[in-house]
Amino acid sequence: MTVLPPKHRTAYVNARLLDPASGLDAPGGLLAEDGKITDLGPGLFKDGLPEGAQRVDCGGACLAPGLVDMRVQIREPGEEHKETMVTAGRAAAAGGVTSMVGLPNTEPVIDDVAGVEFIARRAREAKGVKVYTYAAVTRKLEGKELTEMGLLAENGAVAFTDGLKPVENAQVMRRALAYAKTFGLLIVQHPEEPSLAGGAMNGGELATRLGLPGIPKLAEVMMIERDLRLVEMTGGRYHVAHVSTAESVEAIRRAKDRGLDVTCDTAPHYFALNELAVGEYRTFAKVSPPLRSEDDRIAILEGIADGTIDAIASDHSPHDQESKRLPFGLAEPGIVGLETLLPLSLQLYHWEKCGLLDLLAHLTVKPAGILGLDAGRLAKGAPADLLIFKPDLSWKIQPDSFESKSKNSPFEGLPVQGRVVRTVVDGRALFEAA
Amino acid sequence: MTSTHGTTASYEGYRHRHLLGIEGLTASEILFLLDLSDGYVALNRGADKKKDLLTGRTVINLFFENSTRTRTSFELAAKRLSADVINMSVAWSSIKKGETLIDTAMTLNAMHPDVLVVRHPDSGAVQLLAEKMNCAVINGGDGSHEHPTQALLDALTIRRRLGGIEGLQVAICGDIAHSRVARSNIHLLTTLGARVRLIAPPTLMPGQIDRMGVETFSDMRKGLKDCDIVMMLRLQTERMQGSYVPSTREYFHFFGLDQEKLQAAKPDALIMHPGPMNRGVEIDSELADDIHRSVIREQVEMGVAVRMACLETLNHNLHAARSRQEQAAQ
Repeated sequence: MTVLPPKHRTAYVNARLLDPASGLDAPGGLLAEDGKITDLGPGLFKDGLPEGAQRVDCGGACLAPGLVDMRVQIREPGEEHKETMVTAGRAAAAGGVTSMVGLPNTEPVIDDVAGVEFIARRAREAKGVKVYTYAAVTRKLEGKELTEMGLLAENGAVAFTDGLKPVENAQVMRRALAYAKTFGLLIVQHPEEPSLAGGAMNGGELATRLGLPGIPKLAEVMMIERDLRLVEMTGGRYHVAHVSTAESVEAIRRAKDRGLDVTCDTAPHYFALNELAVGEYRTFAKVSPPLRSEDDRIAILEGIADGTIDAIASDHSPHDQESKRLPFGLAEPGIVGLETLLPLSLQLYHWEKCGLLDLLAHLTVKPAGILGLDAGRLAKGAPADLLIFKPDLSWKIQPDSFESKSKNSPFEGLPVQGRVVRTVVDGRALFEAA
Repeated sequence: MTSTHGTTASYEGYRHRHLLGIEGLTASEILFLLDLSDGYVALNRGADKKKDLLTGRTVINLFFENSTRTRTSFELAAKRLSADVINMSVAWSSIKKGETLIDTAMTLNAMHPDVLVVRHPDSGAVQLLAEKMNCAVINGGDGSHEHPTQALLDALTIRRRLGGIEGLQVAICGDIAHSRVARSNIHLLTTLGARVRLIAPPTLMPGQIDRMGVETFSDMRKGLKDCDIVMMLRLQTERMQGSYVPSTREYFHFFGLDQEKLQAAKPDALIMHPGPMNRGVEIDSELADDIHRSVIREQVEMGVAVRMACLETLNHNLHAARSRQEQAAQ
């Protein structure tokens, strides 16, 4: 008789179970065995814990699927002084993110199979949260030749994007959408018409006062509208990254109404801040696309609430001091976001714009669904990627205590509510609040 | 305040540590600096032009952009106050890396200057430097943002000619979008109660500038109608390739100041220009040299006086603050 090794069992008791995929919101427990969820529900463990199970008392805190962050710059390979696989993984775990998807704008660019395999290997070695990667739409992000999308996807690329650069050439975009459709692959676009987007901040009164070149809002919706025509023509799958304007939300809303296969995300700074955060040349508030007007900020909130905006991604963009302590026009754009994704997003719940389940859907099952990842749900057989958090616990954001190697956050000192208690990946606790 | 340059001046009128821009200054702060400048105009016209107010002080002119005129004006102003002056010109093209800006600040700081005058091609760069410096910083022009001493010298010129600023109708014409002179002048003139009109082709008019309390025009004759002051800006001809305007010829035809367009303004309207001029591009040579109407050379003269007033005030404020700190430490 063969003796099976004992199962690794963890029983999470005394939790508020939250599963946006099934609509479950009830007190109960969850059992994870060997990295999978094997049971969950109200009344679980009423007859006691299974044999050999480790007991984790959630103390009434929320137990939800771990967050799926569909837009992260890991900076490895090439810019390890800003972030590495290990530090990004720690930051993700501290932020409740159990799966993150890296952009291909590394050095070298992730545009071939070796690059995709490198990411997978480094992620295994780092033993952190789950790491997926986009591959480039065009070789070297030059916007000219398509990458080997089919082969890249077979080797693990989850979708295709040129990262911080839009696919500028309409013919290239048309072919990318059409070719990707062959394999059912998704094209993710950074929505900015580059010839209009040469500025440093949102075009408007503040840019005029500060003497900074402005980027008109039109640059965003113009690129989206163009692409939507190409989506209609090709039948491709298209996702708009970090929408920031009211007009963009409206254009996407109309496209969805027309039945196009279109999705989009935004980042917390587009609903938490407006262009006034630039204030006195504050480079921490320089992002791409730029922070917009208050009207746009409100439109983004509403787009999330009504589901036009499918997902919220951190758009984690770590930068060292040397990239930010510059005159505004010269500073790199971007904010570190992994560790503030949950509390900033929970503002929508606290502002009563979204129910808790609905908000979590934007951070879990919806991005997982867009990218086809086995993540983002509490279900029997699903990976035990879990987030335990207290939605009301208040604290102040302190970048100095971030796990991320870079500290470029404009949210320093902001009081927020909602804190991660424990992050679990494949049944293994990667983060526990002190 | 009367001309009190000298030892008895009270500096309560301007208590800031730096002069980074006109935005945010009050009318009385601006008037304080103008009053102090008046005294220096008289001094500069005399035979003995030297004061010893800044003896032992060090003024550094740090220019990341070429500007012989502004640099010379600051240099002369500092020397007339007996300061030690050094000029540092840094070719911006050779130091694209901005960390150098902070490095430069740290290096200069170690030399203990009292006043640092900075010109930089990027908006906000002077403010960034000022945050790292222990001395007083004067913005000698940053990007398309501000050029406060230019606005002060323009105001001094106007005030000495016309007696005051309040109620005047001033037209600022030309490349508003890229002009720090325009922004500083808009703040200053509106703060002192003038009405400001901007005249430019739409490609050179920045978005929502009407929110700064000005009227905008794209027709010279309409814009200049009944103006007391016509302030022309330099067309940055290096930008012509950016297709902001089709050609200098076309620009002069529609937006250059000539006798015919000037008819729309008041008969005795003053013509101003921050220099250097592109004759035949933004201004007709004949008008530029019209000694009755053009005050362009007077602006240069006022520049030295204004900069002396600013140097004196900031130097005083810096050392008053330092001695307060020392007293508090004892």
